Amino acid sequence: MQSNVLNISRTKETGRLKKISGFLEKVMNTVFTVCGFVAVAFVLIITVFLIISGTPAISEIGLADFLFGTEWASTATEASYGILPFILSSICGTSGAILIGVPAGILCSVFLTRIAGKRMSSFISGAVSLMSGIPSVVYGLVGMIIVVPTVREVFGLPDGANLFSAILVLAFMILPSVISVSETAIRAVPKEYEEGSLALGATKTETIFKVTLPSAKSGILASVVLGIGRAIGESMAVMMVSGNVANMPSLFKSVRFLTTAIASEMSYSSGLQRQTLFSVALVLFVFILGINLVLNLVIKNKRK
Amino acid sequence: MNEKISESRKIRCAILNGLIWTATGIISVIFLGIILCILIKGLPHISLSLLTSKQSLLNETTGILPNILNTLYIILMTLLIVLPLGVGSAIYLNEYAKSKKAVSLIELAIETLAGIPSIIYGLVGMLIFVQFFSLGTSLIAGALTLVIMTLPTVIRTTQESLKTVPDSYREGSLALGAGKWHMIRTVVIPSAVDGIVTGCILSVGRIVGESAALLFTAGMANEILNISEAVSAGKAGSTLTVSLYMYAKERGDFDTAFAISTVLLLLTFIINISAKFTAKKLKKGA
Repeated sequence: MQSNVLNISRTKETGRLKKISGFLEKVMNTVFTVCGFVAVAFVLIITVFLIISGTPAISEIGLADFLFGTEWASTATEASYGILPFILSSICGTSGAILIGVPAGILCSVFLTRIAGKRMSSFISGAVSLMSGIPSVVYGLVGMIIVVPTVREVFGLPDGANLFSAILVLAFMILPSVISVSETAIRAVPKEYEEGSLALGATKTETIFKVTLPSAKSGILASVVLGIGRAIGESMAVMMVSGNVANMPSLFKSVRFLTTAIASEMSYSSGLQRQTLFSVALVLFVFILGINLVLNLVIKNKRK
Repeated sequence: MNEKISESRKIRCAILNGLIWTATGIISVIFLGIILCILIKGLPHISLSLLTSKQSLLNETTGILPNILNTLYIILMTLLIVLPLGVGSAIYLNEYAKSKKAVSLIELAIETLAGIPSIIYGLVGMLIFVQFFSLGTSLIAGALTLVIMTLPTVIRTTQESLKTVPDSYREGSLALGAGKWHMIRTVVIPSAVDGIVTGCILSVGRIVGESAALLFTAGMANEILNISEAVSAGKAGSTLTVSLYMYAKERGDFDTAFAISTVLLLLTFIINISAKFTAKKLKKGA
């Protein structure tokens, strides 16, 4: 009789435990699901905030006048808000940096994977990863102290803070990511491809340029898109070396990028001027989304 | 065999080879040059008083102690919030999620977050945390902004290490009657600790290097804050990178700027080494 009672209480006990653990399972399930969708929520919040604060100025100025207006005079008595100079400067600066940084970076990654010995390769790789971790303001500082005066001296300009200096600094900044991503891509090329090419009588150099690089194409492309993203989104370093005047882009003129336009006027802006800065951010955001889309397509292509 | 190669082919190969060597040479020289330049210009200006005092016009001292402290506060606050969120998100993606559509939606969101430039984070952080939640320009607003920014890093590295936990562990645990949460707590998370640590280190690297996102959220003040002030709203403070920018661009004090650069360079070096170390451990464990 007594043992029977004990048994009943025992089953009750385990039943309660099961209930508790079942409840806990449900709670944790919900917690993890919420955590899982946090990233989605953040993206939505960012988009909504940017659209809400970015559209009033665009609708007041007019989309065409805003995007294609060539004059930015936000503090003038008759203010005009055309951001074409910023858009073009951003595009010119980014493509300049890509033109310099990408070929150099790919050549360097070829050296690291196919020519350098193990010790040399790991030494340079270490330097590359150190460079990729260095804060952008440090690049800006070095640019201010070294690149800007050098550009001024070499080209005999009154001021070295211009688009060209910005391109140089951006090229240094994208180099580490270009090198490390294309290095991974080149290392992933199967050895048999190269052996086949060498067996057919091609030289080592020919094999690298006609077999290895084409096979690593999609990874290298991804590194280029990554570099574009980094260059177009950089603000502090560019602000320190580009002179920061809202000119239409020209190699030896002081310019202002989309990013630096936001950073340089944010602290003292008000009213419509402030709203236009949010609109600039919205434009930049759209640019970045486009780049991300391309990156995703490239990666998907690679998987196929 | 070499005789069979025509002259033009030989020349082309030599040119391409030369290009590879020059590119690598120039890049190495530039990289070493940048590192040396920072060290040469910065090391002489690092002193005990610089590291242990604050900027004061009255005492005529220049110090970066407040900035070092602010950087630490922001790192701690950010990690405290982003770790549970990021690890939880990775666990959801790897252990709970059943619908493929949800996974690809979340992954798309993570990609997008990773690609957004820091200046936009700064702006949005200002709109959301400084204004909407009226935290004012404060360390906590800066840390919350960086939470959004570092979330992709934490999720990705945790996910990588969760993937290396063998399914047999999970099956064994479930077969012994453990519930799913119990299994995750006792089997999955301990095996994934290395990846979580790597994620932490990488996030610390990003936080240390960040400036544009903090300029309008955490502010530019140079006062020494204690811990309770650091977490309260309205207490602004600049991190090392932001103060570097202020010294270089606004005040033209390049000596201090280079001293801060040297500190940052050393920090980056330490972070890189430790990230490599944990990554190696992670690979061995797999």
